[in-house]
Amino acid sequence: MSSTGQPPPEPFRVSQLLYDTRYRSYTIQIFALAVIMLAFAWAIDNAVRNLEALGKDIDFGFIFETSAYDINQHLLDYDSTSTHGRAALVGIINTILVAVMGCITATVIGVLAGVLRLSRNWVVARLMTVYIETVRNIPVLIWILFTVAIVNEVLPGVRSFRGEDAMSGLLFDSVFITNRGFYIPAPVFEAGSSVIGIVLLLSVGAAWYFGRWARARQAATGQILPVFWVRLAILAVPVLLAFFAMGSPVSLEVPALKGFNFKGGIYMRDSLIGLWLALSVYTGAFIAEIVRAGILAISKGQTEAAYALGLRPGRTMSLVVLPQALRVIVPPLISQFLNLTKNSSLAIAVGYMDATGTLGGITLNQTGREMECILLLMAFYLVASLTISGAMNAYNRSVRLKER
Amino acid sequence: MRLKTTLVAAAAAAAFSVGAHGATLDDVKAKGFIQCGVSTGLAGFAFTDSDGNWDGFDVVFCRATAAAVFGDPNAIKFTPTTGKTRFTALASGEIDVLYRNTTWTLSRDVDLKFSFLGVNYYDGQGFMIRKDMGVSSASELDGATVCIQTGTTTELNLADFFRANNMSYEPVPIETNAEAQQKYLANACDVYTTDASGLAATRATFENPADHIILPEIISKEPLGPLVRHGDNAWGDIVRWVLNALIIAEEKGITAANVDSMASADTKDPEIKRLLGVEGNYGEMLGLSSDWAVHAIKTGGNYGEIFEKHIGENTAIGLARGLNQLWTKGGILYAPPFR
Repeated sequence: MSSTGQPPPEPFRVSQLLYDTRYRSYTIQIFALAVIMLAFAWAIDNAVRNLEALGKDIDFGFIFETSAYDINQHLLDYDSTSTHGRAALVGIINTILVAVMGCITATVIGVLAGVLRLSRNWVVARLMTVYIETVRNIPVLIWILFTVAIVNEVLPGVRSFRGEDAMSGLLFDSVFITNRGFYIPAPVFEAGSSVIGIVLLLSVGAAWYFGRWARARQAATGQILPVFWVRLAILAVPVLLAFFAMGSPVSLEVPALKGFNFKGGIYMRDSLIGLWLALSVYTGAFIAEIVRAGILAISKGQTEAAYALGLRPGRTMSLVVLPQALRVIVPPLISQFLNLTKNSSLAIAVGYMDATGTLGGITLNQTGREMECILLLMAFYLVASLTISGAMNAYNRSVRLKER
Repeated sequence: MRLKTTLVAAAAAAAFSVGAHGATLDDVKAKGFIQCGVSTGLAGFAFTDSDGNWDGFDVVFCRATAAAVFGDPNAIKFTPTTGKTRFTALASGEIDVLYRNTTWTLSRDVDLKFSFLGVNYYDGQGFMIRKDMGVSSASELDGATVCIQTGTTTELNLADFFRANNMSYEPVPIETNAEAQQKYLANACDVYTTDASGLAATRATFENPADHIILPEIISKEPLGPLVRHGDNAWGDIVRWVLNALIIAEEKGITAANVDSMASADTKDPEIKRLLGVEGNYGEMLGLSSDWAVHAIKTGGNYGEIFEKHIGENTAIGLARGLNQLWTKGGILYAPPFR
């Protein structure tokens, strides 16, 4: 400001807002902001006025009213005397369930397919190319309908397990794969099972500590221990000992055919299985491409250097290439997770009762509160997406290149 | 520039499409056709034939309304709606009248702000099940997997029925009748439930209809009829009286074949004269031509003829008149006097 040899600052003139590059950007930004706000104000005003013209007000009171409908898959206590709010919550939990399951399997499928597509084995690499190109070029809704139709039409009906020449279930007649879904045994925890839980927790801690110790030892002496097998032993042996010491307090409840359906055990509905598989396979194809891009982004010199040091291909991939590739992979992976979560709203096509099916479907329809339901639904998906991207961004910060 | 024009046009459409509801009759007359919401496809009630033309019980009532207004049963556009989209389509003005097996309930009338204009089919919710399941009554359905069309009153009736009888069930919500049919036939559900007429219609399209039975219990009252938006009285009156005219026509024995001779000949019955516009100015009161009812009846005949042709006992659907018989013949079909 007061540096010598420069002319004193000129007084501000209004024309500078247009001609001076220092101020012009502010002018443009303020103008743009005003236009956007006006557009929003107009849209909101339009909605309010038109609703008024229809004689409809905005009222969220229906959330506390009785829903009067049933939901097949509910992880919370729910029946037709519960409120619309609880129905929405049940739907939200169903959405989260399928999204979490989908994200995990999609990542596994995607990483495998992405790495295998780069395989030197011609057949494996081409097979993966075929998988990726077929799956990601067909809309996900078609895949969802397709998988559920396959489950419904190809798998045996519940009635095939009944009568004279009845089919028997898999794994000693305990798992039943039918066209209504999978019936699998459920664990039943009796008194004393908490001891096993505590032992398991301690084992996990010990396994984690062993891994750290082995790494430190490797860094100090260069010797590599069979970490995986030792860890497996640390996890399994004490738990098994505790299980028998406590007199087998955990038993399995096997599904049994009673009346129309199997009763007991865990019931995974056809809609859940179809939706989950379709979303995982579809998103997995995109993740595979992201993983492949991430691996190819690491210069070949890195691999060659690792080979020169005597590392085997598997270790080269897991110790040298993948950690560096993660920096490239994670950011686009976030948007794939978001896509999967949002695509799960297609669930209604196969009758899976997710948030769109309950809040944005039956509740909307029975109460006639379209505006309110859709607003709530948008808010939910927004919060869910922001949470996912927040968590993934935190992970991204932990794997990105640390510049010192 | 083109983007800008599109935006302005879209904005204008958004601003005015809802505002202009006051006078649907004027709108309808100005555009020269009626937009009628029907089912996405239910044998006998609303379906497209091999040439892509809409036909069926509900469709004929729509066409009769078009004939009454324009003298032409084809001055009409059909919009297929699902259980979920139908009310939004009507409230938003996408359709002028909804003729789609829609149950008249208090909350739809009052809270959703629609006017129900009468009943063209008295129905009730029933259950369909495979004969070889050995079930003969709905009270034996404990634990069954039940396919339901989502967004309908059947969903609520079902919840009430199973709760009242202290039974459990597994609801499988389905969007359209076609999907429900596929699931039911694949044995992915034991039971399919919807209005008994819909069950009969669905069963008629099966390969072996005789393998399936409709259980005797009817668990609800489902008066199905046409509806329009609240505040659309002039337009609603027309839809209501076309329906009534077709019922009165059956009462008086006016058919598609004899309506012309009835209108011209010396009929003694003054109500026929009033209905067919020979006497009085009832058409003018409704804002229509005096021979509106003649056109409406010519479209597909009187109520009985429409019923027999599309869903009656001699069709594949095979529904008996039952409650939908005229009040003079043991049913509850009853139109107010035409005067």
